[in-house]
Amino acid sequence: MNLEFTPEEQAFRDEVRAFIAENYPKHLADFGMREDMSREDFLAWHKILGKKGWSVAAWPTEYGGTGWTPTQRYIWSEENARASTVMPLPFGVSMVGPVIYTFGNAEQKARHLPGIVSGEVWWCQGYSEPGAGSDLASLKTTAVRDGDHYIINGQKTWTTLAQHADWGFFLCRTDPTAKAQEGISFILVDMTSPGVEVKPIKLLDGGYEVNETWLTDVRVPVENLVGQENKGWTYAKFLLAHERSGIAGVARSKRGVEKLREIAANESYDGAPLIKDFDFARKVSQLEIDLAALEITELRTLAGEQAGKGPGPESSILKIKGTEIQQRLTELTLEAVGTYGAPYHGGISNDNGSN
Amino acid sequence: MDFNFTEEQGMVRDGLSRLVREQYDWETRRKAIASGAGWRPEVWAQLAELGILGMPFSEADGGFGGGAVDAMVIMEEFGKGLVIEPFVPTVVCAGGFLKHGGTAAQKEEHIGGIVAGSAVFAFAYAEPKGRFDYADLETTAKKDGAGWVLNGHKAVVIGAPWASHLIVTARTGGERRDRAGVSVFVIAKDSAGITTRDYETVDGRRASEVYFENVAIPADALIGVEGEGLALIELVTDEAIAAICAEACGAMKVAHAMTVEYSRQRKQFGVPIGSFQVLQHRMVDMYTAYEQAVSLTYLATLRLSSDEVERKRAVSAAKVGVGQAARLIGQEAVQIHGGNGVTDEYAIGHFFKRLTIFDAEFGNVDHHLKRHVALA
Repeated sequence: MNLEFTPEEQAFRDEVRAFIAENYPKHLADFGMREDMSREDFLAWHKILGKKGWSVAAWPTEYGGTGWTPTQRYIWSEENARASTVMPLPFGVSMVGPVIYTFGNAEQKARHLPGIVSGEVWWCQGYSEPGAGSDLASLKTTAVRDGDHYIINGQKTWTTLAQHADWGFFLCRTDPTAKAQEGISFILVDMTSPGVEVKPIKLLDGGYEVNETWLTDVRVPVENLVGQENKGWTYAKFLLAHERSGIAGVARSKRGVEKLREIAANESYDGAPLIKDFDFARKVSQLEIDLAALEITELRTLAGEQAGKGPGPESSILKIKGTEIQQRLTELTLEAVGTYGAPYHGGISNDNGSN
Repeated sequence: MDFNFTEEQGMVRDGLSRLVREQYDWETRRKAIASGAGWRPEVWAQLAELGILGMPFSEADGGFGGGAVDAMVIMEEFGKGLVIEPFVPTVVCAGGFLKHGGTAAQKEEHIGGIVAGSAVFAFAYAEPKGRFDYADLETTAKKDGAGWVLNGHKAVVIGAPWASHLIVTARTGGERRDRAGVSVFVIAKDSAGITTRDYETVDGRRASEVYFENVAIPADALIGVEGEGLALIELVTDEAIAAICAEACGAMKVAHAMTVEYSRQRKQFGVPIGSFQVLQHRMVDMYTAYEQAVSLTYLATLRLSSDEVERKRAVSAAKVGVGQAARLIGQEAVQIHGGNGVTDEYAIGHFFKRLTIFDAEFGNVDHHLKRHVALA
């Protein structure tokens, strides 16, 4: 048992760092607000990585994966966090891609995987509905067979970044008489199909990231069914449990703590830097301690994954603690800037000399 | 980066697990604690036979060449059975001082006895007014010829009633709380001028208040350099913290498992209480805290050989995180056991007591959070 990096891993880190420094688009460095980004901004790094062969690192090598060890993937995410890169979105790379290469047929793999690898095709996820949130199995969207097509009707919601999507993967009820989890199918939908309508949901931070997606008599060829009809629940669960690495956001949170320390060193309180205030500093230390615990838990989980252990309760820990830590980090950053937390859009500006 | 245990470590774990399961059942432990001696020297002899007491010493010193990870494996198994025998004071603390600061002659004299189980040590460092500051010493060792004369009072010296030897910290120079001027000595407990007041601890062990009155210390009793003992004390106590964190992890694992099992057996309103979501959430929080504590214990253990600042930050992080987890898990386990949780009969209360006392050993959560802040 040890925490040291081998010389090969150090060399890998150097290679990755140099590649990011040379190739990451300059205009996207330390990008702030996501809603100001264009479709091309979102895809820029993805496309560069696609050409390099690094866009779908965790996939099996036959579909474009890199064959990196968990440690290499950890180094990769650390280096990207360090450079605050805009990473490939998860909908294709981490969600539908693994479902297609695991359960899809040869035609589906050939048709859909290359676009995910290259970053040419944008995917969105059609799971939640107004009446089906955490109780996903109560979903009501229907797909009714009509010759060589399914006719899809229903409403999905919280469809993240669907405004840019070319394709979506949708859970639809194909057998209305079956029990809740049965009778659901996993269907790929071309978002330009007639009857697909995407409406924005404005969020609390003023941003536009999620949507309502309405499907009205949308005709989808039956070859877009993934796996077997009525077995979609199995694939949906596979997708949710599949991607364990990175869900904790450890590398980004570590970078966030560094930024928090920089801000708190520049803010003053009681005639001294805020970071010298013990009450504030102890909250930062407590956060760092919890983050250190999470980091080792993630590494243990990745090591277990490499040893062939299936996903256990620790993947839920990664999600829960990772999210809580991100929330506390944001909250502490808000506390650190004091009254400059109030200005909408860009409270942390050069005006107060804090950043 | 590697999170696997070696085959040898797996064998040590299995052997100890068997010993704890077969020889450390609840009734036997209870009787030993209530007995005059308060511990089981025959278990100590078995640990020597199994090679456990010699594990962390180099082969050159008569040991088996193990390291911090081996100590972690051992301590976790001890924690699962709430083993009371003085492995930490003898092997981790005294052994640590001898390994890191001892002369060839001191190693020769003492390590063989530790490995064989014939020498038992206690570590007399705390004082009634010193709290967690190893330099806040009223105990003094004044130069007297080639040796010293020791006077003072050491508090809550764990395992002292069973000990043949003491490791004692004392001020040989400087002012109270100065970093410089702290020295470490190894002496026989039956030296003239030592008296003790022995008592039981809440968590089933024995300890003493130890009084030194003009105790003559020979020149060869000094460990390390005179007046420069503090860095050595910090290193050894950091190793001890990693060890007791592993022990706490073992205890937390069992306390959580016992609680989950109890919630499946215990019925109220016609159903197992474990079917209530309000209790399920609390047990999930216990499990999460346990897993995070294990991670921090790994971190501290693997950083013991890093540079000083990195080591201290990792060890303090562990003492904070494991301390918080121990408090949460100990208390929740008792709550979910209901009235049975506060009876002497149920094992869970004894896990609670050990996990509660753990916090103040070698500095509590607040103290180590402060040290973590200071090293940021």
